[in-house]
Amino acid sequence: MLREIGLDSSEELFRSIPEDIRLKRQLDVSLPLAESEVIASFEAMAASNTASQKPSFLGAGVYSHFSPTIVDHLIQRSEFFTSYTPYQPEISQGTLQYIFEFQTLVAQLTAMEVANASMYDGSTAMAEAYLMAQRVTRRDKVVVFDSVHPEYREVARTYTQHGDLEIVTAAFDPTAGSGGDLSALDDKTAALIVQSPNFFGCVEDLASLAAKAHEVGALLIVVVTEAISLGLLKAPGTCDADIVVGEGQSWGVPASFGGPHVGFFATREKFVRQMPGRLCGVAYDKNGNRGFTLTLSTREQHIRREKATSNICTNQGLIALAATIYMEAMGKAGLQEVAEQNAQKAAYAKKAIAAIEGYSIPFSSPTFNEFVVRGPRPANEILEAVRQKGIIGGLALSKYYAGRDNEFLVCVTETSSKANIDKLVEALL
Amino acid sequence: MSIKKVTQHPSQNEALIFERSQTGRIGYRLPKLDVEAAEIDEIVPAALRRDDDLADVPEVSEVDVVRHFTRMSTWNYSIDLGLYPLGSCTMKYNSRLNEKVARIPGFAGLHPLAPEAESQGALELIYRLQEALAEITGLPGVSLQPAAGAQGEMTGVMLIRALLDERDGESSRERRVMLIPDSAHGTNPASAALAGFTVKTIRSTADGITDMDHLRELCSEGGVAGVMFTNPNTVGIFERNIKEICETVHNAGGLVYMDGANMNALVGVARPGDMGVDVIHLNLHKTFSTPHGGGGPGCGPCCCTAELAKFLPVPRIEKKETGEFFLNSDHPDSIGRVKAFYGNFGMMVRALSYIYTHGNDGLKEATEAAVLNARYLGHKLEGAFAKPFPSDGMHEAIFSHKNQAKNGVVTLDIAKRLIDYGFHPMTVYFPLVVEGAMLIEPTESVGRADLDAFAEAMIDIDREARENPELVKNAPHSTRIGRLDEAAAARKPVLRWRPDMEAAGKSA
Repeated sequence: MLREIGLDSSEELFRSIPEDIRLKRQLDVSLPLAESEVIASFEAMAASNTASQKPSFLGAGVYSHFSPTIVDHLIQRSEFFTSYTPYQPEISQGTLQYIFEFQTLVAQLTAMEVANASMYDGSTAMAEAYLMAQRVTRRDKVVVFDSVHPEYREVARTYTQHGDLEIVTAAFDPTAGSGGDLSALDDKTAALIVQSPNFFGCVEDLASLAAKAHEVGALLIVVVTEAISLGLLKAPGTCDADIVVGEGQSWGVPASFGGPHVGFFATREKFVRQMPGRLCGVAYDKNGNRGFTLTLSTREQHIRREKATSNICTNQGLIALAATIYMEAMGKAGLQEVAEQNAQKAAYAKKAIAAIEGYSIPFSSPTFNEFVVRGPRPANEILEAVRQKGIIGGLALSKYYAGRDNEFLVCVTETSSKANIDKLVEALL
Repeated sequence: MSIKKVTQHPSQNEALIFERSQTGRIGYRLPKLDVEAAEIDEIVPAALRRDDDLADVPEVSEVDVVRHFTRMSTWNYSIDLGLYPLGSCTMKYNSRLNEKVARIPGFAGLHPLAPEAESQGALELIYRLQEALAEITGLPGVSLQPAAGAQGEMTGVMLIRALLDERDGESSRERRVMLIPDSAHGTNPASAALAGFTVKTIRSTADGITDMDHLRELCSEGGVAGVMFTNPNTVGIFERNIKEICETVHNAGGLVYMDGANMNALVGVARPGDMGVDVIHLNLHKTFSTPHGGGGPGCGPCCCTAELAKFLPVPRIEKKETGEFFLNSDHPDSIGRVKAFYGNFGMMVRALSYIYTHGNDGLKEATEAAVLNARYLGHKLEGAFAKPFPSDGMHEAIFSHKNQAKNGVVTLDIAKRLIDYGFHPMTVYFPLVVEGAMLIEPTESVGRADLDAFAEAMIDIDREARENPELVKNAPHSTRIGRLDEAAAARKPVLRWRPDMEAAGKSA
């Protein structure tokens, strides 16, 4: 091949690179490993992730749920995982149709009119929602409760730090654990942002917050980090939310140390042209055959460049596929049953822990599958003692909330057996 | 018709899952609730619960779901089926080994907030990949947090903004111009806008590289925060003046951002850090073979100079003298977090597996093969197709539809006709600087026979364009659906299924 193109050596392929910036030595990375050596090396690293083998009550944005076997099996079909963005709809209908189904399922579960093809994750979806609210309302302030996931708020701050959007953080009600101080909400506010269930697991009264936001002409942005809750709780759309964003990891996607997960983004039809991200829509060919295609791309960066609604270029394709398969395999009945089991098991654990001497539940609001526990001494000490007994007991709130030293967040899902819940209770005694 | 490669193949029709749904069907079973059930009203009051019985959510069996997705999958082209020469996308082979190691339960099942002492393996893996990417790029500061290329870009330009703000204080306000070549990917200006920069466009020369005179002129106008460029650039040509570009921008007080989309042409051969680049993003889903997954997930690490490193996103993954790995958020100058947790960890596992499998010489060999393949294909096609630039490309070959357009056949038609020959089309109409651009990137994952078959198909299409242009203009002829009316779809968008959707769509 070299001869055919008139070259003598592969070095000559790089003639256009000036000599003085070429690398004159071998890269200092690993020697090539055989397949079995790679597996051995990675298994050795994975083995020191001992937390993955223990009963765990961690949630806080990443949840342990059972994923039907077919989910991981189907996403490994070559046609799905080794394809790219459906630029050529005639040979990408498989991808386009599942995106369309994903958009529909997200719209149904959130009770919103439209949803996009997915975002990187819940945190970036929330940041994009801030920017969209600013575009829609032409107002430059948002009010966000401090009961919204702290890492999501950090991401939103990064995204907006060079724009002209002011972020006001509103204190949650420390007795209820939900709601909070709305005094910052005024006629300059683009949006009120609330998470439900919030970071403390408390279910928010979305309808009344929507009414308050709408009174001053602001949008209500609802953030959902635990998508399984949508099977039981009143849908944000039913409560008159304007934008609903969230994390779809709970829909059959492994924790994988925090990613890849999948963000979702839903809104009202009238705002669709202000929406970030990819959208898939119905289209017909000249013979009247129904197909699907990416649409409304005039919002996007490859056309609008610096005036685009977002710099996002793809979606989270394969993870959106996993979520779609999960939602369809579980179906109407499964999505409701799994949500109810989460609520029941968490209620059982909450009651049992509250009954231990010295322990209490500091917030009065109803919870879904997570709740805050106040212990008799610093939570870090309690959790460390529990860890010594082979259980990851939850998350110390002090990681994110200064002054809440004795409190920790416990998450109980359908994968937490009664035996393990009882073990946790015993370890706390 | 002279279709050389495609033959009829059974592919079944498949409705939307919502159209398949049958009341009462289920496809799952959960273990029985093993705790005593409380009254649901006592847990969550009725006012906060949904009461719509999840209307219209599908009810299907497990085999329904398996057939549904299996059938749909057969409508997709994929790398595993054949050459997928999307320029700028680096559609190389996705090793099954990488999939296997990413699914090791100790990785896949690990919660990101697990105690550090019990997640040392994951932190070590991230640390090892950081070290490898620092070596490959020659840039010592690395963050793997960005979720995709566009987010890596945003992170990179925010690092530049942070350095300027610190260096220049109040007067940094006068320095908000980001220079971006007219050939750049659209994410570049969109990312620059997020960092508060305004964009000025640098022209390209007739040779397809940055116009140095124009760059100097723009720099002399002042206010330059930096430049964002791609190298090899988006027409596949190495910017041979790279050192002068960096010097010119540095002398003007700006910084240099390099879009690493085309790193597959450089790994093991040249390093951005040695060229004068300050910050780069990589696409692990391109150069390091993590699967494109139908459009994500990606992973867009950001690599930078030691000077910029203190601004990288937090938490950073570091190693103590004791050998223990830890998450360090104590970097007060950081631009902040760009994503919850630590990035797309599963993609990092796959990329490190790719690096280990290839090793030091294998990485360079892959680069050589990628460039050789593109050069060979370019050579084969340059008789039939117009080459917009005289210079040799690196890992991509670029052509325009100039010759075929004389017969009314344009790039879109050529792309669609390629489908009939059994190939995924190349990237079309990008970059914008070439009219009717066809950007072809074969990657290293293809042998001579497949390159020859592709070249033959292209040459056949060129002949068809002259002899039977209608055949090309109406392509594809072998797919389950023809070209879609995208304009109608955008006029009255139908973005979700509803029971009455069919009627709504047709009336559009």
